[in-house]
Amino acid sequence: MTVEIRTQSIKPVRQTFAHLARRFGDKPSSRYQEATYNLQSEVNRHYKPLWDPDRDIYDRRRTAVVMADWYALKDPRNHYYATWTAARSKAQEALDTQMQFAEQRGLLRELPEAARDAIVFALVPLRHYEWGANTNGCHISAYAWGTAVSQAASMATMDRLGMAQHLSRIGLLADGNSGESLARAKQAWMAHPAWQGVRREVETMFVTRDWFELLVAQALVADALVYALFYGHFDRAFARQHGPALAALLDFLVKWQDETARWVDACVKTAAAESAENRALITGWVMRWRAAWLTALRPLADATMGADGAAALDAVDAALGQRLAKLGIAG
Amino acid sequence: MSTAKKLSLKENYALLTRGLGWEPSYQPKEEIFRTTRFEGIKIHDWDKWEDPFRLTMDAYWKYQGEKDKKLYAILDAFAQNNGQFNVSDVRYIQALKIFLTGISPLEYASHRGFCILGREFEGVGPRIAAQMQAIDELRHAQTQIHALSPYNRYFEGMSDFTHQADRVWYLSIPKSFFDDALSGGPFEYITAISFAFEYVLTNLVFMPWMSGAAYNGDMSTVSFGFSAQSDEARHMTLGIEVIKFLLEQDPDNVPIVQKWIDKWFWRGYRLLSLLAAMMDYMLPKRVMSWSEAWEVYFEKNGGALFDDLARYGIRMPKYADVTVKEKGHVGHQLWATFYQFRHAVGFPVWLPSEEEMDWLSERYPDTFDKFYRPRLEHWRELEKQGKPFVNTTLPQLCQVCQWPLLFTEPDDPTTICVREESYLGEKFHCCSDGCRDIFRDEPEKYVHAHLPVSQIYQGNYFLPDADPSAPGFNPLVEALRYMGIQPGVDGGDFAGHADAVNWERWTGRPASMHEPMQTAAPAPDRKTA
Repeated sequence: MTVEIRTQSIKPVRQTFAHLARRFGDKPSSRYQEATYNLQSEVNRHYKPLWDPDRDIYDRRRTAVVMADWYALKDPRNHYYATWTAARSKAQEALDTQMQFAEQRGLLRELPEAARDAIVFALVPLRHYEWGANTNGCHISAYAWGTAVSQAASMATMDRLGMAQHLSRIGLLADGNSGESLARAKQAWMAHPAWQGVRREVETMFVTRDWFELLVAQALVADALVYALFYGHFDRAFARQHGPALAALLDFLVKWQDETARWVDACVKTAAAESAENRALITGWVMRWRAAWLTALRPLADATMGADGAAALDAVDAALGQRLAKLGIAG
Repeated sequence: MSTAKKLSLKENYALLTRGLGWEPSYQPKEEIFRTTRFEGIKIHDWDKWEDPFRLTMDAYWKYQGEKDKKLYAILDAFAQNNGQFNVSDVRYIQALKIFLTGISPLEYASHRGFCILGREFEGVGPRIAAQMQAIDELRHAQTQIHALSPYNRYFEGMSDFTHQADRVWYLSIPKSFFDDALSGGPFEYITAISFAFEYVLTNLVFMPWMSGAAYNGDMSTVSFGFSAQSDEARHMTLGIEVIKFLLEQDPDNVPIVQKWIDKWFWRGYRLLSLLAAMMDYMLPKRVMSWSEAWEVYFEKNGGALFDDLARYGIRMPKYADVTVKEKGHVGHQLWATFYQFRHAVGFPVWLPSEEEMDWLSERYPDTFDKFYRPRLEHWRELEKQGKPFVNTTLPQLCQVCQWPLLFTEPDDPTTICVREESYLGEKFHCCSDGCRDIFRDEPEKYVHAHLPVSQIYQGNYFLPDADPSAPGFNPLVEALRYMGIQPGVDGGDFAGHADAVNWERWTGRPASMHEPMQTAAPAPDRKTA
């Protein structure tokens, strides 16, 4: 829509900020550019952090990946705070309608007990996986270099809290708000043998300090496998038996992952393309974490999808392999 | 059909949040959370943390999304209508430069600090609270840049703000404040920023700033300010909750927290002295004096707060009495400093008009006429004679707050306060007893302070093409080049400054609303497209 408004025109002295003009020339900048570039302090640090005295507060050495310019890892979604909240708020409104419908019609709590048990065992424990991903995202936003990465990681951190809360709500829809599903799911997460590999790998990520490795482990490898396995294969298997009630509620997670993967892929692809050293590092991380997560997920795929579990896991791993090939990683 | 149980907001929040964390068993907890023990703070039960907001992400997104929709509609309208030409006069815009170069980078630093807390705290509740504040602070940095962006297209001194924030001598004052907090442990950081700064002092930034923007017709700044206010209300609540939590967890925490309150109150107060100069000298239409603001927002409100905290064994911050003694002086002392060094700052500096001097006399009956008016009038006389006073030396900076040693003895406004300390055989200078105590407590930290003046003397503040052996080498000119300040373009005299000249040409109104036009006024070249 074009609205013609009479405006007074006075020729500006400059079109944009100097740091943006140096990068892109003196032309009007996008709000993403204004909100992102060079915002993190880069030189002339004052004090050594008591929590890491050998490094600076912001320090490029917190990852082994080396970039000439960390702002090369820009977000293809061009998300800054305002566009991010707008996008999430819109998705959440659409989800609210689904959730309300499911709640009013008792779509989950009226399911047969076996179906509800399957949700509680296979999906609700993933709220803890999401909380783990929140921790890892927060590690990246805390210790990465540059605003391009820190802000996207910070948004991903909050997204994961949102996903954890959404999965909790699915539990509450299944148990009629008693919270009993959350307690059972936590029990499974803490003690059921099929879940222990997953929890072990999440805890291993908690002690992984290199933030880029963490991005690879969590946002590329683990998320690719876990999301496709549960919100793809498990969901389809569930729908075949119990109808589509659940699928409508999981769509939020699927769409979110599709969107966020664009950012993750851009980061990994750009960093790997920067140098042979980066590519070797990232490839090594991918191989290690991919093997670890496949081992961790195998018993869970069997426990949640029975005879179809192994094939499902192979399929999501093959999809990951194709994705890695596009990123220039021979994982 | 079965019906679902109705959940209260509190139950709902607890179910969606509290149980998310777990006791790890595959990795030791100390390896997962490595920074929560070295400061000496004892936490026995992280779950005792009371979530002040109970805000789940779905509500956060919708609430914040709605706010930003409104805010950006106003920012768009502001840019469309050339709102930057509708403010009181172009001196107001000089204050915005300090905001963009000095404060907006701190919002980002604050974002990173809360990201660290959001990762390192052991309890789910405090981590979520820190994460939400982290992303809010990112919002504040970004909305400020977006709101001020139209000004940058027309006025000098804002354009290279990210470069300047890391290099300009007086911007080292706000930067060192946050670096100090960021380099402490997580508990010191949250006490410093959430309690001492957000809870005790933030109203002082907020009320005069936003009212000042409103009085001076800056709808863009007013809008981001008021839009940030509901975030700030959450942050302030976090500040008081965190203090109560720390104090209730273990009596051994009390003296540690008191020491941090003492330190960060003084650190914050010194940082905010900048505001005193802005309120008293930079706003063409004034809201209240610094002295009045300090009375309302610290002496009264702060007094009540610390009375309330007495039951935990917390007393008023050390040297609170000194701030009261200084309230009639700091603004005048700071503005005089900026005036003397106006060739080395990022904005032009002026002497107050007759009308403004009278206002200062009235608001500061005990101090202005006696100590400050005569000097300003003398400088005005020198300007009239065409020999304006300039200080071409480099000032001695305080090792802690990094202001030049410009403040006077609390009980003697005619003597500059200087405190000298020795550490490992080297001498260091502080501007006050408050800063000296902070230095004494952690000298090993403050010897690392990056003092721009010392850096100039050491030859570190020159660009690679500068040649100190060249004839006529001027270290000050070269240092300004390093800092990203263009002499005579960014700073200097207000009379004849590009902003003043352009303002009169573009708006047809005087650059200072209390003075006649500086330039012979041609018809303004505003065209209607």
